[in-house]
Amino acid sequence: MIVSGKVVKYGDNVNTDVIIPGRYLVLMDPKELAKHAMEGIDKDFARKARDGVVIVAGENFGCGSSREQASIALKHAGVKCVLAESFARIFFRNAINIGLPALECKGVCKSIHEGDEVLVDLKSGEVSNRSKGSVAQANPLPTFLINIVEDGGLIQHLRKRR
Amino acid sequence: MNVAEKILAKAAGRKEVSPGEIVEAKIHMAMVNDVTGPLTVKAFGEIGEARVWDKDRVVIVIDHQVPASSADAAGLHAILREFALKQELKAFYDVGESGICHQVMVEKGHVRPGELVVGADSHTCTYGAVGAFGTAIGSTEMAAVFATGELWFKVPETIRVDIQGDLQKLVTPKDVILNVIGRIGANGATYKAVEFAGPTIENMDISGRMTVCNMAVEMGAKTGFIEPDDKAVAYVKARTKERLDILKNDGDGDYERTLDIDVKGLEPQLSAPFSVDNVKGVGEVAGTEIDQAFLGSCTNGRLEDLRLAGRIMRGKKVKKGVRMIVIPASVDIYHDAAKEGLIDIFLKSGAIVCNPTCGPCFGGHMGILAEGEVCVSSSNRNFVGRMGSPKARIYLASPATVAASALTGKITDPREMA
Repeated sequence: MIVSGKVVKYGDNVNTDVIIPGRYLVLMDPKELAKHAMEGIDKDFARKARDGVVIVAGENFGCGSSREQASIALKHAGVKCVLAESFARIFFRNAINIGLPALECKGVCKSIHEGDEVLVDLKSGEVSNRSKGSVAQANPLPTFLINIVEDGGLIQHLRKRR
Repeated sequence: MNVAEKILAKAAGRKEVSPGEIVEAKIHMAMVNDVTGPLTVKAFGEIGEARVWDKDRVVIVIDHQVPASSADAAGLHAILREFALKQELKAFYDVGESGICHQVMVEKGHVRPGELVVGADSHTCTYGAVGAFGTAIGSTEMAAVFATGELWFKVPETIRVDIQGDLQKLVTPKDVILNVIGRIGANGATYKAVEFAGPTIENMDISGRMTVCNMAVEMGAKTGFIEPDDKAVAYVKARTKERLDILKNDGDGDYERTLDIDVKGLEPQLSAPFSVDNVKGVGEVAGTEIDQAFLGSCTNGRLEDLRLAGRIMRGKKVKKGVRMIVIPASVDIYHDAAKEGLIDIFLKSGAIVCNPTCGPCFGGHMGILAEGEVCVSSSNRNFVGRMGSPKARIYLASPATVAASALTGKITDPREMA
């Protein structure tokens, strides 16, 4: 599975409160949540993400609460993949479970810049930077997680297996 | 093996497990609340299973928006109410009979030593205070747990934090855990278990131990735990009729690393904006003017916390221009605080006492901050926008520091108020 998009970049410790502030947790509709994605640090994100983006971030992306609304908001805002130096544990599981690819990629903050066009091969972990002509290597997802992502998330995956 | 490894081994039906291994484990208890539960109910419906795997092992607590703060919030509550009724759940805590989910889980005996508990809330790691393995998962995974009663886990490596030294008067378990977080860092324990041990921990009551374990997730940890002792066992026995399986460390435990801390001279600690690991001694930030003081949350809304604040505030007034908000963590705590005269102390001081809820801690309701405001809070996160405006600033502190600061209108060392 290959995903692509223009890069939007953030720093370390991007927490779930800035990804989707607590006051929006009353919303159930993914489209409504998407309107407020990243609102805590980037008011412009929903517009930027509309045509499909790849988030590149530093250490501990998604730290804080267990709210799955964080990964849902990103996915429905147009995020095709998150590449980070490292992820907070609960965010990582949530992202995979709702079908949003999340890959650890050491050094990604140095080699990829805001606005770069990147192509991510989930299976090999290869990240091609088409703007720079360079290649970065992410930790590929194990096959059983790729299967969940490809099916669109854990629920769709379980339904398929029934 | 240590306690965390033994619990995972038991839950996975294995004699032994070691860090890094992935195991399929049986869940003892599963909990959702009103901001995570509705998504679980929706996902559970989509899986197509008619019944939860075991109706005695599912707990639902309405806590984040209590009472419903909007039509949307009321809608979420209604989804859970209907689900609990349909699934015949005994442990459904509705508005008026509940409290903050983690407090309710421990207080009502749903958490027991040696058991594996998952909660769709990050502070599920609190349960290690009574010797359980408590860890947070998301709503969708929880739907899979509701359906199957099982989940895969990577056995975590463990960081041991050995704490010794008597705490000074008005220096609390909260100050200890903030200090630990400052040392380990916001992602210093990601994916790991953190064991808290040593004489300082042994001397803490269960309330203090819950405060310590509660904040393990602020270092990225999968769980925090304390080897259950007689104190923990007595606490749980008073709350459940279930047979207990008390698992202890073997003593030959493998630790990724051990951190030794002496808290003898520790001064009150605060996390300054905008990250929990931005920890300072009170001397560094004392004098910072505040607009709001918040005493509550799953970290510090227990009776012991209210007593401590009450002792400092008795007969005194909250500084004019400062709002102090007190939120007992559960209905039982609220009741006990009233009987002990604590509510009276808070009301007479000019504080407002609200019903048990997560409320302002996550920026939901009951004390949201405006742009430019400063809040000293006994809660657990000071992220940008956590309690309202992204331009508000939050300092995390102990109940004693919160109470002292409310009286003076600026961040204050509680030791000066004694």
